[in-house]
Amino acid sequence: MSWSIIIGILSSGIRLATPYLYAAVGETIGQLSGVVNLGVDGVMLMGAYVAFFVALRTGSLSLGLIAAAGMGGVFGLIMAFISVTLKAEQGISGIGLYLFGLGLSTFLFGITIRNVQTIDGFPDLAIPGLSRIPVIGEIFFQHNILVYVAFALIPIAWFLLNKTPFGLKVRAVGQNPEAADSLGVNVARVRYLTVTLGGMLSGVAGASLSIALLNTFQQNLTNGMGFIAVALVYFGGWRPVLVFAGALLFSTVNALQIWLQVAGINVPSDVALMLPYIVTILVLAAMAKRRVNAPAALNKRFERGES
Amino acid sequence: MNKVLAGFVLVALIISSMAIIGLADAFKVAFVTPSTINDSAWSQSMYDALVTIQNEMGKDNFQFVYSENMYVISDAAAAIRDYASQGYNLVIAHGSQYGGSLVDIAPDFPNTAFAWGSTANTFSDQGITNIFSYQPYSEQGGYVNGVLAAKLSETGMMGVIGPIETGDAKRYTEGFQAGVMATDPDAKVSVTWTGSYSDVSLSAETARTMIKAGADVLTGTSQMVIGAIGVAKKEGAIWFGYDVDQAPLAPEIVVSSVVVDWTVALRPMIAAIQSGTMGGKVYDLTLANGGLKIAVNAEGLVGKTIQAIINGDIVVGE
Repeated sequence: MSWSIIIGILSSGIRLATPYLYAAVGETIGQLSGVVNLGVDGVMLMGAYVAFFVALRTGSLSLGLIAAAGMGGVFGLIMAFISVTLKAEQGISGIGLYLFGLGLSTFLFGITIRNVQTIDGFPDLAIPGLSRIPVIGEIFFQHNILVYVAFALIPIAWFLLNKTPFGLKVRAVGQNPEAADSLGVNVARVRYLTVTLGGMLSGVAGASLSIALLNTFQQNLTNGMGFIAVALVYFGGWRPVLVFAGALLFSTVNALQIWLQVAGINVPSDVALMLPYIVTILVLAAMAKRRVNAPAALNKRFERGES
Repeated sequence: MNKVLAGFVLVALIISSMAIIGLADAFKVAFVTPSTINDSAWSQSMYDALVTIQNEMGKDNFQFVYSENMYVISDAAAAIRDYASQGYNLVIAHGSQYGGSLVDIAPDFPNTAFAWGSTANTFSDQGITNIFSYQPYSEQGGYVNGVLAAKLSETGMMGVIGPIETGDAKRYTEGFQAGVMATDPDAKVSVTWTGSYSDVSLSAETARTMIKAGADVLTGTSQMVIGAIGVAKKEGAIWFGYDVDQAPLAPEIVVSSVVVDWTVALRPMIAAIQSGTMGGKVYDLTLANGGLKIAVNAEGLVGKTIQAIINGDIVVGE
């Protein structure tokens, strides 16, 4: 295996990981506060659709991106309203949100854009200096802006969750909402904030597909990526750095299996396609004992005054 | 005398009312399809054909309805049964995954004709008489694309991105490979199956990997290939299309597309049903009968040259 192939696989892995990073970091923040949102894939689809539609009509990719974050935020608010205010069962309402996003994005695409089209998305941006470093430069520093932002998100999320008063509140609400409440933390407000922020990041995850990586929109563009993102949160044990590692591992093995087929290596395509999932399951099994970080109040509704 | 006259009047009335009912009764088609009618691929090609037939026959004589997104087979089966029980003349189950459902449903509705594809199987060997089938000879179109691809490739490496190694996609890919090999035996064709009809992201990354590996001409089948077309456009690789004319997606890189014209199967099928034959026939779509066409990109060199001659900007001979 030559260097150029390894570089190609690693650089593919980074691109493929990008949407997962946004969605999984957003989901991590929400889950740390105690809310599971299984509707990530539907929110991503709405973000992807809105970003593409706005970029196509206005010619502005930035406006598309902002619209996607806004739409994701609205969907996050809907989820927060259902799960925090109405106290509905989170798993079921998340699935409902997914189906709503899938249906609505397909419907809106059908009536506004109608036929599949392509646009020029965010261009690749070689970082001056850094992109010239042999190997490293080609793997890490020749991507579009949304790829860089996704990677910057990991330390930001880590800092936000571990080093700020807000992060402390989020984790307190996720571990023991009653105690947090008795200390004067507004549990509902914290959860509204985290779930809305998670929705915004899912919206951007969708935009990263439709106006940066794939530059098109089609019904069910995400093809279930949102569910992989939720799985990555568990995989990473609710720590942004490990979620990041999981996303990279999954995507790099995916890039490897693409390369195996393209290079004509004699592996049946069905086996090649299974590789990312098999590797992920193996790693998950190996790390099973380390899952101590789970928010204690995850998936539980909070009633004020209950013990 | 009066009785005879009354008899004549009665017969005349019956005949004329039958004629009126006959006129008012449009030919009704229901169309069940796995993706959406605007997928720029499989479903859209059939939808476009139904619209064409409706324009030919007129809205009073031909009506159709559709159910899209029927990727769950049990949902599709429920839709097919619903349409049949509502008395549609023809129910088209547009996918080779629907065959099992048709075997269950068709015998219950002898007055409805069913059609499905791509396949040559009408289940007549199981005694079922009301199922038609259709099959594009995709390998013929694939061969044409392959010949052109081999001529245009500078690196001698081409890539095919397919969903699952079966049906249409498999036939097109094999034809493409044969066309390339017949033109340039030293060329290399890399074939990758993504395992999905809809994974746009995987098709895009596959295209990128192929281009990195040296491919400068790409092609592929199913609705996911829009991801690959996007990458080819960005990287300047040549693209050959399938199902519908894909030139509008990327006019600068699409050379030609193999287009399936389902009207070639639908017209004789409708005529057969109207004359009382409800199934048992296989309709082939080939280059010879016009069921397969090669759509040349109107904004490419060939298309522009043709248009210039039509406009009179280029005068050839005297």
